[in-house]
Amino acid sequence: MRLSTGYGARPTSGGFETFSWYFMRISAIGLIFLAIIHLILNHVTTDVACTSYQLIAQRYANPYWRVYDWLLLTLALLHGMNGLRVVIDDYVRTAAWRIRLVSLLGTLTLVLFMVGTVTLITFEPVVGSLGPHCLK
Amino acid sequence: MYRGQSGMWAWLLHRITGLGVLLFLVVHIVDISLLGFGPAVYNEGIALFGTPVVRFVSLALIGALFYHAFNGVRIMLVDFVPKAASYQRIMFWTVMILTIVCFLPMAYFVLAPLFGVNTGNTASGM
Ligand code: HEM
Repeated sequence: MRLSTGYGARPTSGGFETFSWYFMRISAIGLIFLAIIHLILNHVTTDVACTSYQLIAQRYANPYWRVYDWLLLTLALLHGMNGLRVVIDDYVRTAAWRIRLVSLLGTLTLVLFMVGTVTLITFEPVVGSLGPHCLK
Repeated sequence: MYRGQSGMWAWLLHRITGLGVLLFLVVHIVDISLLGFGPAVYNEGIALFGTPVVRFVSLALIGALFYHAFNGVRIMLVDFVPKAASYQRIMFWTVMILTIVCFLPMAYFVLAPLFGVNTGNTASGM
């Protein structure tokens, strides 16, 4: 249920939906910085055609970049997939299909989270991979 | 959620941009996982991002993310600041202007290589 407080709509049920509502906003604040800095790094200070294996080998030599990328991965994936869950709830009429689709979404989220996390953790540059970054 | 008011278009655009960026995120997690297959495979994959078509698609996504981010701040202001709801119109246009102001320099950097313009960000070894 939503109450009019003079503030905007805010869920008051206290259950998962309330948690989800606050999670969307807290993750959003993190994402503003994480995502926009990510864009600048990979499209402005370095052209995207130079974001090669060589560049990543250099960046990931510093573990903090892995932590940064993992935070971006985790927050964007959970924020985006939870957003999609809300969209499914809005448009899918029958409870049976909502459950099927949301379960599928949960599975997909878990798989993508693992693929992303494993990639970040296990990356170990092959010998001799430090060199010029730009493809061409 | 925000339907039926003047905020309807802002809401619809927020939803579409969010879903667009999410679709990209899924592709992006997969393309980054190519790192595990070594430099040859990864660089061949990433080379696609330098092609004209993908540069334009990327730019559209960058615009979508700026809109979504600024409009997200507007949503949060409405949610948490008591008087914000009376400034809907001005906040909506602020979102639009900020989106465009951030989009234009990004467009320059993303598209410059297609026109042979050197923006200094493709220096080898940088
Ligand atoms: C850059 C910073 C971002 C900010 C400030 C932001 C902000 C928000 C806010 C405030 C909401 C509304 C939540 C609600 O109504 O309960 C939202 C929804 C959403 N966001 Fe984001 N977001 C950001 C990044 C992203 C990213 C990177 C993605 C995709 C991976 C994304 C995908 C979505 C989706 C799919 C929705 C649901 C849309 C809907 O229900 O209509 N957002 N965002």
